[in-house]
Amino acid sequence: MTEAVVVQNVKVVVFQLADKEYVIPVSHVQGIEKFTHITRVPKTPSYVKGVINLRGVVTPIIDLKNRFGLGESELNESCRIIIISLEDMNVGVIVDSANDVLDIPSDSIEPQPEVVGGLEQDFIAGVAKIDRRLLILLHLNLVLNPIKSGV
Amino acid sequence: MDTNQYLEMFIEESKEHLQACNEHLLELEKNPANIAIVNEVFRSAHTLKGMSATMGYEDIANLTHKMENVLDEIRNNRLHVTPDLLDVVFIAVDQLEEMVLDIAAGGTGKLDVAETVQKLHLIETGEEAPVAATTLEKNVSVEITPDSNWLTYDDYELTVIQQSSEQDYQTYEISVKLRDDCLLKAARVYMVFELLEKMGEVIKSSPSVEKLEDEDFDEIFYIAIVTTEPKEDVQKKLMKVSEVTEVLVNSVTIEQLKNRQQEAIDKKQVETNVSEVVEDKNASTEIKPVEGEKSSSPKNQNQGSKTIRVNIERLDILMNLFEELVIDRGRLQSISEDLHNSELDETVERMSRITGDLQNIILNMRMVQVETVFNRFPRMVRQLARDLNKKIKLEVIGAETELDRTVIDEIGDPLVHLIRNSLDHGVESPEIRKANGKPEEGTVILRAFHSGNHVFIEIEDDGAGINRAKVLKKAIAKGIVSAEVAPSMSDKQVAELILSSGFSTADVISDVSGRGVGLDVVKTTIESLGGSIDISSTEGKGSLFSIQLPLTLSIISVMLVELGEEIYAVPLSSIIETAIIRSSDILNAHNQKVIDFRGKVVPLVFLDDVFDVPRESTEEEFHSVVLVRKGDKLAGLVVDSFIGQQEIVLKSLGTYLNSVFAISGATILGNGRVALIVDCNALII
Repeated sequence: MTEAVVVQNVKVVVFQLADKEYVIPVSHVQGIEKFTHITRVPKTPSYVKGVINLRGVVTPIIDLKNRFGLGESELNESCRIIIISLEDMNVGVIVDSANDVLDIPSDSIEPQPEVVGGLEQDFIAGVAKIDRRLLILLHLNLVLNPIKSGV
Repeated sequence: MDTNQYLEMFIEESKEHLQACNEHLLELEKNPANIAIVNEVFRSAHTLKGMSATMGYEDIANLTHKMENVLDEIRNNRLHVTPDLLDVVFIAVDQLEEMVLDIAAGGTGKLDVAETVQKLHLIETGEEAPVAATTLEKNVSVEITPDSNWLTYDDYELTVIQQSSEQDYQTYEISVKLRDDCLLKAARVYMVFELLEKMGEVIKSSPSVEKLEDEDFDEIFYIAIVTTEPKEDVQKKLMKVSEVTEVLVNSVTIEQLKNRQQEAIDKKQVETNVSEVVEDKNASTEIKPVEGEKSSSPKNQNQGSKTIRVNIERLDILMNLFEELVIDRGRLQSISEDLHNSELDETVERMSRITGDLQNIILNMRMVQVETVFNRFPRMVRQLARDLNKKIKLEVIGAETELDRTVIDEIGDPLVHLIRNSLDHGVESPEIRKANGKPEEGTVILRAFHSGNHVFIEIEDDGAGINRAKVLKKAIAKGIVSAEVAPSMSDKQVAELILSSGFSTADVISDVSGRGVGLDVVKTTIESLGGSIDISSTEGKGSLFSIQLPLTLSIISVMLVELGEEIYAVPLSSIIETAIIRSSDILNAHNQKVIDFRGKVVPLVFLDDVFDVPRESTEEEFHSVVLVRKGDKLAGLVVDSFIGQQEIVLKSLGTYLNSVFAISGATILGNGRVALIVDCNALII
């Protein structure tokens, strides 16, 4: 996120999607949930998997892999749902695994991703190289752009 | 005095008094000769003055004081009620409201009310009395009756005065009036004070010295001074200050001051009594008849039950907790059904009954009479009618109808919009009405009533109605409908076009309704509340806007149905009945499957197709059908099976999924899973 770049150190949650590591600022993460029953919501884009009951709050779930055009996530007990809160909405994203919380120095974030190609490029706010890991910083506002389904 | 703890009460009560003022003033306009109504307004104003002065809101106190003076003149038959006079009083009430709202919003409650005060003052004194001349003459000899704008003293100040008088000092109360166009008020104040300080000691001033220095006062200010100088000298010396038009010096004795103090205390007690009466009146559910006499006897309505004020947030918390309880109740019910334990069944049964009662109580607690929204409209209509040069009578029917607080909060703005629309576009000007053989005065009826699980609010006018040709022309020009379709549209469909976005029939954008927002906003708001709006209109006769709203937003009764593995909820309010039909009874009517339901052709909606339910296709011989309606249109929703009726807690899908086709929300079932609520209105076109 652009405002995150200003800060000296960004604390992020690292998660795995296919063979890449992505990060989102920890300030936007409400929690990491285990997989539960998802109720499908008809007439929504294919990456919207449906809604879950998150302790009494109906929370939409999207499949990030599908959102990025990387195919479908396999929905099983091992995958995790990261609950992201952005502005006034809560959305859960399905990821292969959530493994780490890191501090990224903001000067190691490069705004223009050149390495990453394809559809997902639009959703990326920057990349950071920490040691030998390449972390992809997501542009949450674009990834979680509210959807309207037409008639 | 720390007044913070009383702030909330002050705001609430002030609002009530202002509302009472508004209502009574409107009544007064209808019966200008009724002094009893003036007394009512006076009482409200007086209480408000007392409260605001106690709380330290000088501007409010000042303005109410001036208003009170005018009312007093009316009361004593020295002034007659005219629309122009009421206009000024209404402005004053508006400004008071503004200040109270400012305080409620955390502000200081300050507002420049000088102009209004001035206007009120002009009314009070009457045009024929040149103020300065008459009062100047009597200033030396006539004792000025103390009123509350004169000074009040605290114990310390009284002691100072007492001691001074023992040393043969005189105490004078002086009022100094500056010229209207005085440019350097603070400088004049300074000069006055300097003069006085040479003569004796200034005990007190009103407004306070800080305010005087800030020029935070009208042309008059009051000072109390102890001195040995004769009062004529004091007066003459002060008159020497330029731009001072009038100086009144009034000698007071310590006894007088003490009496006054006592009076003020007594008055305050009366005030509190009055405020209690007013409050009781508000609590009573009776609708006020139009006759003025009734309002003169507020004691008759004193039978209102005991009430307490509860913060709506606390009720919301209670409601949320209760929702959780309802969800758990559902879960318990489903567990007990699986277990078949008679003792458990009994307990769950009992618990269901109790939570049912509890639910009724909580829901009722949140119910508010629509009166709270309606009562601002008479004022608005009056003002608009004057602005538009129209004669309009507003009738309010069913103001005691109750609605959920959350709905009440939201419904105000759409109603304002619709009433403005009725007044501006609906009711014609008196000349046109006369020419068309209608009474000059147009009637707008605001009506609320219960019907089944819904509340209806209607706005009816006997105005021009909706001009079909004009609306269609506009709609075609805006590309909302095509020229080919237009002639075949029913009048109702045409009328509903005015709700589409970007539509305005006014040729000239007027101040009243042409504010850049169309009636589509009204429609959106009402639909977001789970309601609907319906228009019927006859050209030349008038229009009727009918709004249908759910009683409450949070807990509804639904029928749970199964589609493959999925469970959906259909709101009971749209269901007419359920039926099982044979496949062979399904007819094909031009690509649309229909059934013959009691002689009526009803289209079928296969929900599994609409919702793309994943499943293996099986040909069933029998179909379960839920017959639903939207207005007078019917449809049959084909489902796999019925599960049963249940009370559910309505949950929104959140901002991310802000409008999903044919889904109006979600709920959490007994097993903890989410079920979607079917929006029947979207399925029937």
